[in-house]
Amino acid sequence: MENSKNILEVRNLKINFNTYAGKVQAIRDVSFDLQKGETLAIVGESGSGKSVTTRSIMGLNAPNADIAGGTIMFKDQDLLKKTRKQMDEIRGRDIAEIFQDPMTSLDPTMKIGKQIAEPLVIHKGMKREKAMAQALEMMKLVGIENAEKRINDYPHQFSGGMRQRIVIAIALVNYPEILIADEPTTALDVTIQAQILDLMKELQTKTNTSIIFITHDLGVVAGMADRVAVMYAGKIVEYGTVDEIFYNPKHPYTWGLLNSMPTMDTSGTELPSIPGTPPDLLNPPKGDAFAARNKYALKIDTEQEPPFFKVSDTHYAATWLLDPHAPKVTPPDQIIERQKHFAKLTHETIHSNRGKHIEEEEQL
Amino acid sequence: MIDYSKAKKVLEVEHLKQYFNVGKADEVRAVDDITFDVYQGETFGLVGESGSGKTTTGRAIIHLYEPTSGKIIFKGEDVSKLRSKAQKQRFRRDMQMIFQDPYASLNPRMKVKDIVAEGIDINHLAKNDADRTKQVEDLLETVGLNKDHSSRYPHEFSGGQRQRIGIARALAVQPEFIIADEPISALDVSIQAQVVNLLKRLQRERDLTYLFIAHDLSMVKYISDRIGVMHYGRMLEIASSDEIYAHPLHDYTASLLSAVPVPDPEYERARQQIPYDPSREFDGKPRQLVEIVPHHWVRASEDEIPMYKKRAQEHSRLVK
Repeated sequence: MENSKNILEVRNLKINFNTYAGKVQAIRDVSFDLQKGETLAIVGESGSGKSVTTRSIMGLNAPNADIAGGTIMFKDQDLLKKTRKQMDEIRGRDIAEIFQDPMTSLDPTMKIGKQIAEPLVIHKGMKREKAMAQALEMMKLVGIENAEKRINDYPHQFSGGMRQRIVIAIALVNYPEILIADEPTTALDVTIQAQILDLMKELQTKTNTSIIFITHDLGVVAGMADRVAVMYAGKIVEYGTVDEIFYNPKHPYTWGLLNSMPTMDTSGTELPSIPGTPPDLLNPPKGDAFAARNKYALKIDTEQEPPFFKVSDTHYAATWLLDPHAPKVTPPDQIIERQKHFAKLTHETIHSNRGKHIEEEEQL
Repeated sequence: MIDYSKAKKVLEVEHLKQYFNVGKADEVRAVDDITFDVYQGETFGLVGESGSGKTTTGRAIIHLYEPTSGKIIFKGEDVSKLRSKAQKQRFRRDMQMIFQDPYASLNPRMKVKDIVAEGIDINHLAKNDADRTKQVEDLLETVGLNKDHSSRYPHEFSGGQRQRIGIARALAVQPEFIIADEPISALDVSIQAQVVNLLKRLQRERDLTYLFIAHDLSMVKYISDRIGVMHYGRMLEIASSDEIYAHPLHDYTASLLSAVPVPDPEYERARQQIPYDPSREFDGKPRQLVEIVPHHWVRASEDEIPMYKKRAQEHSRLVK
C-alpha cells in the first residue's frame, strides 16, 4: 500500500463489456483510494460507470465483463486476481454491499432473522443459536422496534424503510471493513431517507467502516461524504473533499451537475441544464468525452484527453481549463457564489488554525 | 405570476373520496375527502410520500377511476356525469397525462410516429396522411427531437428522449390541462433539468395548466405556482410554493421540508430534522381546510385555528 491510511487502492481500472453491438468501454482508466473510516461518494449519471466500478470491487460483474487492466488492492492483495471462491470469502465478510432496492434484495421466502444471521454462519462458522442472538443485537442496532418478535417475520411484513434497515443489518453483521452503498436511499421517501442516512452515519462512527457511497443525488452527497469523486463516461473527471467539490468545483461537468439541481432558492424561467446526452461508450469520442456538451470546451478538448490538474493536495480535476495556457473563463453565476463561499471558508480555517497554533504556544 | 383574483378555475375537486375494496376488511381509503382548485395557466404541485394518495388523486381526476364520492368539475362540467361519447372524447382531448416511467409507458411495438399520432387518429385531427406526418414532425421538433426519429421504435431512445416522446404524445391532441405524474423522477439529474425546462416552455407557449405530482420537493418548488401537501390520503396544506417553503404552517409540511437534502455541505452538517407525530391526525376531531392567511390553507379543527393563526403571525413578524 502506498499510503497506510488507505484501505483500498484502485489503480488504472479498465473494464469493457462484450456485447452484440461491440465492445462497450464502461470503465476507462479509473484510479482512486478509500481511506479508513471515511465516506467516499461517487456521483455521476446512469451509464457513467459508478456501479460497474463497485461491482468489480465486489467481484460481481456480469460474465461478459472483460477486465482490460488495472488493480484493486485490498490488504496487499489484488482483488482482480482472486478466484470466484476466494471472492466469496471476502464478500460479506470484509466487503459488503447495500443495494438500491430493498424490495428485491431480500429473500422473500426466508425469515429475516435467518437472513441477518446467514453471513455469520457462512463466514464465521457460527452456531445457529449464537448467530441468531447476534442477529437480534444487529436488528436492535439498526432500529427495528420489537426485534424479539419481528425476528421471525418475512420481508413482506416490513415497510420499505424497515427493509432497508434489514439490508443494512445483513451488510454490517460481520463488521466489514468496507461497505458499498449503491443508491441505498433512492427508492425511499425523503423522511425515511433522512432516517436511513442518519443511521448509516451513526453506525459508521461506531464501527469505523469505510463507505463507498454511490448516488446521483448531490443533496445526499453533501450530507454524507467526506470526499467526492465525479464520474463521467467511464472516467473520474474531478475529485476532492466535499467542501472542495461543492464550493470550489473546477470541472465544467461538476458545474453543470450542481447548477441543474434546483435548490429551495432557485427561481427564474430557465433551469440551467447540461445540453445533450452522455456519449456512446461503444465509440468513446476522441479527446474529452464531455466536450460535445460543454460550452466552455476548448479546441484541444476535441483532440486530446485532459490529464488531472492539481488544485490542492486533495483536489484534482481533469479539464484543460486548468492548464496554464488556457484562456480564463468565467464560471456560471451560481458557481461563482459557491466559490466566494469557499474563499470565506478557507479564510476562516486558516484563521482558526492560526488561533490554535498560538494557543499551543502559550501552553508551552 | 398568476393574478388569482382574476384567474379562472379550470378544475375544481370537491370532497373527493377514492376508496378501494369498499366495504371489505381490506378497504383502503387512498384519497379521503380532499378539496382543491386549479386555476387556468398555473402549475399546481402535489407532494407527499408514497402512499399519500397523490397519484390516485391524479388518476381520479383524469377519470381512470370512478370516484367513491365527491365531485371533479373540469371547465364547469362534472367529469363523472359525461354521458355521450362526444363529451367523453372532448374531455380526453382537453386533459392529458404524462407518466412516470418512460420505459413502461410507450408501446415497444409501435413506431414513434404512430405512438405520437394515436390521439390524432382517434380524434380525426389530421386532414390526410401528409398532414398527419407534418403534425407528428412538428410535435417532435417542439419537444426537441427531430423528424428522423419518427420511424424508430422506443427502445432506440434514452430515458430523457422517451419522456419527450411521451410529452409529444400528450400534446398531439392540443390539451389544455396536463397531469404530469412524477415525469422526471426516472431521469438523470442533467436530463431532469432539460425536461423541466421543456415543460415550462410549453406551458408559456400553449397556455397549459399543469397538475404536477412529485416527491422531489426542490423540483416541485421550482416548477409550481402553488403546492398541495398530501398525507394519508388527505390534503394538509395548500399555499403558493414560496409561501409553503418559507412558512410551512402544518407540522407535517415542516417535517417533510426538513428532510430534503440540500447540495450544500455546510447546511447539511447543521441540519436538524424535525420529527412528526401523526397521532394528532387520528384524534377523531372533524377537520377541514381553513384559510389561515389569504391563499394559505391548512387542515385544522376548530380549536386549532387560533394556533395556526398565531404561527402565521409569528412568521410575518419574522419577515418584517
